[in-house]
This record gives sequence, C-alpha cells and structure tokens, in this order.
Amino acid sequence: MNEIPTPILADIDEPPADVNRAPKMSARDVSVFYGDKQALKDVSIDIRDDRVTAFIGPSGCGKSTFLRCLNRMNDTIPSARVTGDISLDGQDIYHSNMDVVQLRARVGMVFQKPNPFPKSIYDNVAYGPKIHGLATSKTEMDGIVEKSLKRAGLWDEVKDRLSESGTALSGGQQQRLCIARAIAVDPEVILMDEPCSALDPIATAKIEELIHELRGRYAIAIVTHNMQQAARVSQRTAFFHLGEMVEYGKTSEIFTNPRERRTQDYITGRYG
Amino acid sequence: MEKRVRRRYAAERRFRLLGLLAIGLSVAFLAFLLINMAAKGLGGFTQTEAKLTIDFPRSDIILDPATLKGPEAKRAVASADLEGSLNASALRQYGADASDLFGPAAARQLGRDLISDPSLLSRRADLWLPVASAYDVAAKDQGSAKAEQVIAAIGAKGALQRGFNADFLVASDATDSGVVGVWGALKGSFLTILVTILLAFPVGVLAAVYLEEFAPRNRWTDLIEVSINNLAAVPSIIFGLLGLAVFLNFMHLPRSAPLVGGLTLALMTMPVIVIAGRNAIKSVPPSIRDAALGVGASKMQVVFHHVLPLALPGILTGTIIGMARALGETAPLLMIGMRAFIANPPQGIADPATVLPVQIFLWSDEVGRGFVEKTSAAIIVLLVFMLLMNGIAIYLRNRFERRW
Repeated sequence: MNEIPTPILADIDEPPADVNRAPKMSARDVSVFYGDKQALKDVSIDIRDDRVTAFIGPSGCGKSTFLRCLNRMNDTIPSARVTGDISLDGQDIYHSNMDVVQLRARVGMVFQKPNPFPKSIYDNVAYGPKIHGLATSKTEMDGIVEKSLKRAGLWDEVKDRLSESGTALSGGQQQRLCIARAIAVDPEVILMDEPCSALDPIATAKIEELIHELRGRYAIAIVTHNMQQAARVSQRTAFFHLGEMVEYGKTSEIFTNPRERRTQDYITGRYG
Repeated sequence: MEKRVRRRYAAERRFRLLGLLAIGLSVAFLAFLLINMAAKGLGGFTQTEAKLTIDFPRSDIILDPATLKGPEAKRAVASADLEGSLNASALRQYGADASDLFGPAAARQLGRDLISDPSLLSRRADLWLPVASAYDVAAKDQGSAKAEQVIAAIGAKGALQRGFNADFLVASDATDSGVVGVWGALKGSFLTILVTILLAFPVGVLAAVYLEEFAPRNRWTDLIEVSINNLAAVPSIIFGLLGLAVFLNFMHLPRSAPLVGGLTLALMTMPVIVIAGRNAIKSVPPSIRDAALGVGASKMQVVFHHVLPLALPGILTGTIIGMARALGETAPLLMIGMRAFIANPPQGIADPATVLPVQIFLWSDEVGRGFVEKTSAAIIVLLVFMLLMNGIAIYLRNRFERRW
C-alpha cells in the first residue's frame, strides 16, 4: 500500500447525525448476476446524505458492481441482472416507472479513469445542465459552470481558459473536471468508482480534500482500493469479499477493531 | 549472445529494405501511370488551328446578317453549309489536298464567330480555325502521309498554331472526335454520385449506428452482420443486374438516367459505409459513453452528442473509399443502359446520361485515331474529378477531427 503524505487529518468522528432522518439510499438483499455467475450476494446497506460511505475490498469482490447498481449503470451490460430492492428517498429505482435518465441526474457518477468529453472545459460542465434544461439563459449557465468548478476546486486553475479542451488538463484536473461535471446537474448522491486510482499522490490529496468539502451537501459513496484513503475520507466503511458484504460499520471501528477475521486479514495486508 | 543481436539487427534491416522496396514499387507504378496518361492525354486538351483568309462578300457563304441576331441565330448558322464553304476556301488557299482540312469543329467555331460579330460578313478576314481530326492527329506527328504533307506545307507558311481546346471541357459526346467533349459525362457522373451519396451516406450511417448501439445481440443481428459483410464483397456487375431487375424492370424508372445509376451505386456503396461506420463507432472509447450516461444523457443523446461526432472522421474515411469506388465504377452502369450515345448533357437526374468511366470505355472502343488522345484526356479529367472529391472529403474529415 502506498503511504500518502496527506494534508488532511482523518475525520473519523461522526458528524452529529439526525438519526431519525431516513437514509438517502437504501439497498436490501441486492444480488447481481452476470449471466450465470453471481457477482454480488444479498448486500444490504444504507447510504446517508450526511456522511461518506466507503466500499473496500480486493479486486473482483463486487464493490464496483454494487456501486454501479445504485444509478443503474449496469443496465448497459446486457448480461447483467439485478435482484433485491434499491430505493432512493423511499422510491424503488428498479421500478418500471422510474426513469433511468432522471435517476442518473439525481445520482451522479465519477469514474475510475478521468473521462472528460473531448470538448471545451466549459462545455464539459455545461453539458449536463444543458440536456436537463437547468439553465434558461447564457448567464445562468455561466453561473452554474462557475459554481460547479468552484465547488470542484478547479475554478482558479481554469477560469482563464474555459474554452480550452478538457482533455488537455492534467490527470488530477481532469478528474476534478469530471466531479464538476457530475455536480453541475445538482445531484443528491455522488458515486465515485476509485476516483484516485489513476492519479498521483498530490492530485489524490486534492480529490480527498474535495470529498471532505462536498460531504454534507451530497450523499457520497466511494469505492477505493486504498485503505488509507477509506480511513481518511469516510465515516462508514463496508468491506466486500467474493461478492459478499462481510462487514459494515463506523470507519474507525472497521480499521481499529474489526469484528470479522477476513476484514482484519485484509486490513493488515494478508491478502488483497 | 552477440550473434543473436547481430541476427536481430540483420532481420530488422531486411524488413526495412522490403518495406522500402514495396513503397518504391508502388510509387514507380503510380509515376508510370501518371506520366503515361499525361503524355498521351495532354494532347487531347490542345487543338491545332490553321489560319484561313476568307473574303466573305465574295465567298459562297450566303447569310443575312439580320438572321444572326436573336434566338434563331444558331439555326441560321447551322442551315448554311459552313463546313463546305470553309473547305472550298482551304482548297483555294492551300491546294487540292487540303480540301478536307476543316471539319465540324471549324464550322462550329466560324458559326460562333459570325454570331458574335455579324459585320464579318461584309469584309475580308483572317480567322484561326481548328483543323479536322485527321490533320490534328497529323500535326501531333502520328497521322497519314497525305495529311502530314498538308500540315507541313501550311506550317511552312506560318499559318499553323496550337491552342487550348476549351471545347473539350464544355462539349458532349459526338461522332466526330474533333468536336467531342466530356461535359455531358462529367455532369452525368456528378449527378449520379450526388444521388449515391444522398442515399448511401445517411442510410449507411444510420444502419451502422442502429446495429452498433441499439440492436440487441441475437441470431438475427448476427445474420444481418454476415449478410452486410458478404454484400460488400459482391462483384459490382451483380449490383448492375439487381438494378436492372428492380429499378428498370419492376419499378420502371427511366432508363440510363443518373437516378437509376445513383440508386444502383448506392446499393453497392452502402455495405462499405456500414462496415466502416460500425468500426468507427466501435472504436469510440466506452468511457465517453459512461461519462455521458453518468450525467443523465439518454441513449440517443449519447449517440448523437458524443459517439457520432467522435466516429465521424472514421465514417468519412470509409465513405471516401466507397464513393471513389462508385465514381470509377463502369460495369453496373452498363447493365442499366448508361452506355448509350448521349449527345446532350443531362438536365436532371431523370434525363438520359452517361458517366465518365463509361464514356472512357466507349471512346476506347472507337476506331477513329482522334479518339485515342481524347480517351486519355477523359481519363485525366476523371482522375482530377476524383482527386477533387477526395480532397474535399479529406478536408471535411480533418475539420471534424480538429473540432473534437
């Protein structure tokens, strides 16, 4: 595992949560099959909007698969089949009356590899609001773009070259551009699929800082290979192994006092 | 160890040498083709002209200057036997052997001169007129002994010159090689290719998009894929037979029209565009689709906002190849009757027409010696047309590539 000198102190302590409030998203007994192969077995978890939830586990354990169920990105894989219930604000997202386009506008996603559109920085951010009709005028759109880039911590670096191609940015900047693009449509949940795996330590630190700042405004679920990262950015951690969710709990407890043997083995680096 | 390194270097050198050889060979063939064509064909763009002095009031040309104005002028000129009068003058001026020095091209030229300046009829004038095909050939050193003698005699008097044959580009097919031109065939080719591209491009691209992005993967789509791949390999003459059976015999569309030619060539080109389009769409990185889906774009928005613009350069490359092939295609057009003798350029896509490759094929069959250089000249025109079209397509492709 890499040791990243991070400027952020681990924010292990739970923010004062309103326990009476219903979770933003909740999954019950979710299983995923790719053809005949079961990739995920009966996962149940809640994602609250006042904290960051991290999914950790070795490669192929199903954590990315589960993340992609939360905004139905698995629909694009013809052989994938999902059973169980996932709800957003109590509404079943796999119900036939749920419009998948609306769902993905509410549940945004940031991918493993930075994937900006080969368009200008401005157009990258403006694309989502444009197709959802969120802005009625040019000035309104300018405002959305500026606000999103500021929230993604990219504004100061790109404000003078908004018309340049998004693909010309550095890897870390591209990933923050992707985050800006995701928050431009004002989602309620942001899913991050190993957002730092293609980035260097400094860019990683910036993204982690950004996750801290976004916490509370959006429900965030992050998949990561990097346990230190999970410890630094999340308040809840779920450990996945071979398609099962082995353990779920407060991040501090998972990392200091895991209940399960397998969790402990993974965290101490015995496999993974 | 050292021996293996040496062997590796030797193998690399050999491979590079072979590559150079292959490139050299293809360049040599291309150069041979171009030089050969230019040497034979450039003569087709020039025309030998002889000076003739005509004393109009005393000649046997009887024309009322009043009839040379207005729409009837052409008919008036055509009804006078200008060719005969010209040759009578030539006989007086250059001797009995020159009694057929001028052909229809000279008569056409004189007619134009008279219409533009009717005052010629009242005076004596020196005119430069194109000589007949047999003498034109002789002036370019390949004619009969008699014609070469006449040309040498006229040349000795300084009454011979070589001019650019602009008529070759604006006239159409004719029986006399002195007055033929490529305009009719060029226009026919243009109209045919227009019909082809208007049909094949949108249909081919939409088919590629549907098959690649929307169609489910099952036995039917597999069957369609195999069929399209096979269709791209079908010999073009079969498409000609198909066009004959469907468009002419069944749908009764006008025979030898650019419309039918374009439809037939579109059938032939479409599989090429579909295959190139599918490959181009396939090579768009899936991360772009994910990104667009992730911000809530619908399937169609993903395709039309992101996938298609990124795939367009590749699609255009395939289209260029298909169009170049269609432009040079002869066989299927012979089957639908485009090999007819068409003396007037087509006014629309339903008029009888011929196309450049067919025109070349027809001229290469003619016995007149004047047609040899006209054939080569027409080939040059076809190649230039093709280069121009490809140039435009490549320009468009590069523009789209820059924008994205």
